[in-house]
Amino acid sequence: MSARSLVIGKALGAVLKLDDPLSFWGGFDSASGKVIDRFHPQHGACLSGAILFMERGRGSSSGASVLAEAIRLGTAPAAIMLLQEDAIIATGALVAQMLYQIDCPVVAIRDQAEWHRLSALPRLAVEAGADAVLITPQA
Amino acid sequence: MELGSTDHEIINGVHGRAAADALKLVLKFAEAVGAPRLLPCASAHVDGCLYHGQASLDFVERFVALEGRVRVPTTLNVGSVDLIHPELFIGDAELGAAGKRLMEAHIELGCTPSFTCAPYQTLLRPKFGEQLAWAESNAIVFANSVIGARTNRYGDFIDLACALTGRVPDYGLHRSENRRAGAVIEFQGLDNAGPDQAGGIAVAAGLFIGKHCGDTIAAITGLPNCTSEDDLKALGAAAASSGSVAMFHAVGLTPEAPDLLTATGGMDVPVAGRLGPADVAEILATLSTVPDGAALTAVALGTPHFSLSEFARLMPMLDLAPFSVPVYVNTGRHEWDQLTADGRAARLEKAGVTVVVDTCTYVTAIIRDLSGAVMTNSGKWAYYAPGNLGVDAAFGTLADTLLSAKAGRVVRA
Repeated sequence: MSARSLVIGKALGAVLKLDDPLSFWGGFDSASGKVIDRFHPQHGACLSGAILFMERGRGSSSGASVLAEAIRLGTAPAAIMLLQEDAIIATGALVAQMLYQIDCPVVAIRDQAEWHRLSALPRLAVEAGADAVLITPQA
Repeated sequence: MELGSTDHEIINGVHGRAAADALKLVLKFAEAVGAPRLLPCASAHVDGCLYHGQASLDFVERFVALEGRVRVPTTLNVGSVDLIHPELFIGDAELGAAGKRLMEAHIELGCTPSFTCAPYQTLLRPKFGEQLAWAESNAIVFANSVIGARTNRYGDFIDLACALTGRVPDYGLHRSENRRAGAVIEFQGLDNAGPDQAGGIAVAAGLFIGKHCGDTIAAITGLPNCTSEDDLKALGAAAASSGSVAMFHAVGLTPEAPDLLTATGGMDVPVAGRLGPADVAEILATLSTVPDGAALTAVALGTPHFSLSEFARLMPMLDLAPFSVPVYVNTGRHEWDQLTADGRAARLEKAGVTVVVDTCTYVTAIIRDLSGAVMTNSGKWAYYAPGNLGVDAAFGTLADTLLSAKAGRVVRA
């Protein structure tokens, strides 16, 4: 598997797949954990505690602040599973880990078929280590 | 990761605890983006002083507590309040106080209290070829494209971490091979457009490359002969609003594009668009959410911050005063000092123009009446304000906006 940890950590939760990339700044409310971008197909969806699948990041670098704030407030996804590396999302999660010792692992799956396969499963356990990523389907 | 002697010094605490702590974040970031090493950076521009919640403040206070100092000249982007004219802030008081503290904490770390999105205009003009750690999308595009300095799209947290360490990851636009154009956008029939039209054409070009070129660097040909640095600033700001553009080449105008062949590095690249005057008009029309003739409640200029040359173009238009609606102009405090010293500030005030410094009317509560449409000459303002402020926007050239301020409704020059 070609997956790589951008931010290490463990998480367990229900899978939520976003049909379009989301800009956390302007598109996500850190107070409620909901998608507030009116043009996003999943407008209104709550991302809190989910194993979030989004292909890539989008939008302003202030998204890193919004994600870090959501992790602090406990409204963030439990883990973020990207198809490609994204510096803004990685930064938000790294800073939350540094400031609050709360993990929101971020993984770049880097394989389209694998990303689609995993995103169709109902629940996952994610162990994003420095050297290896372990993703286990849950009942 | 190859670590240099400076990196080892920082890790070992030679440059203080804050630098050592910040370097950990820079190294993790470098790993995430696949950079093999760090480079020394010449300056930083930090976009962390716009308040997005407690995490914004906790991050900066951590380094204040560790007695951190930035290791390279560092300018600050806009904050949430105008510290010189605090009465202009009409938002939530608690939010205003947190925003103010965030701005002050950055100053305690040794950042220059510039609070401008256009530090390249007066304060910190990078040199060609310098490696930078810059945030703020328009400043990034300007530094790369118009100056030929080198920065990736850095942003919240990592910008300050680079400033505190003086180190930046070696990847992306720091490397020559990643700075070449991969697409050509041809403008036709616009060579002889006047200065007022050139501003609009630049915005249209920016919106087009943002929407259609993605990460691919565009080489733009056929912009009007009179295209100014202010127009290129507007182009970059619009491109970074409609897409994640970090760099463009304007052939014959920007330093890494004396000709098309140089811009593409000698490669044959596809033409991604051919645009004429009708296309420009069509693109610009999409920026207005109200039709011509609609009633206005304000005019907003200076996104990015107005330069002194833009004020020079604005001053003669003040003869139109009195205006029917308030006119707001965002600029940097450095420009404001100049305007105060030479008497232009008084003339602007007499004409009913509100000059806003340290912040910007599209990110914070400044404009008092949002019941009608706001007109702007900024592609960036028009792109973001309807979402940020819930207001209708109308786009026009600088002359259009002032004539409309006079008329109280959207009219064209």
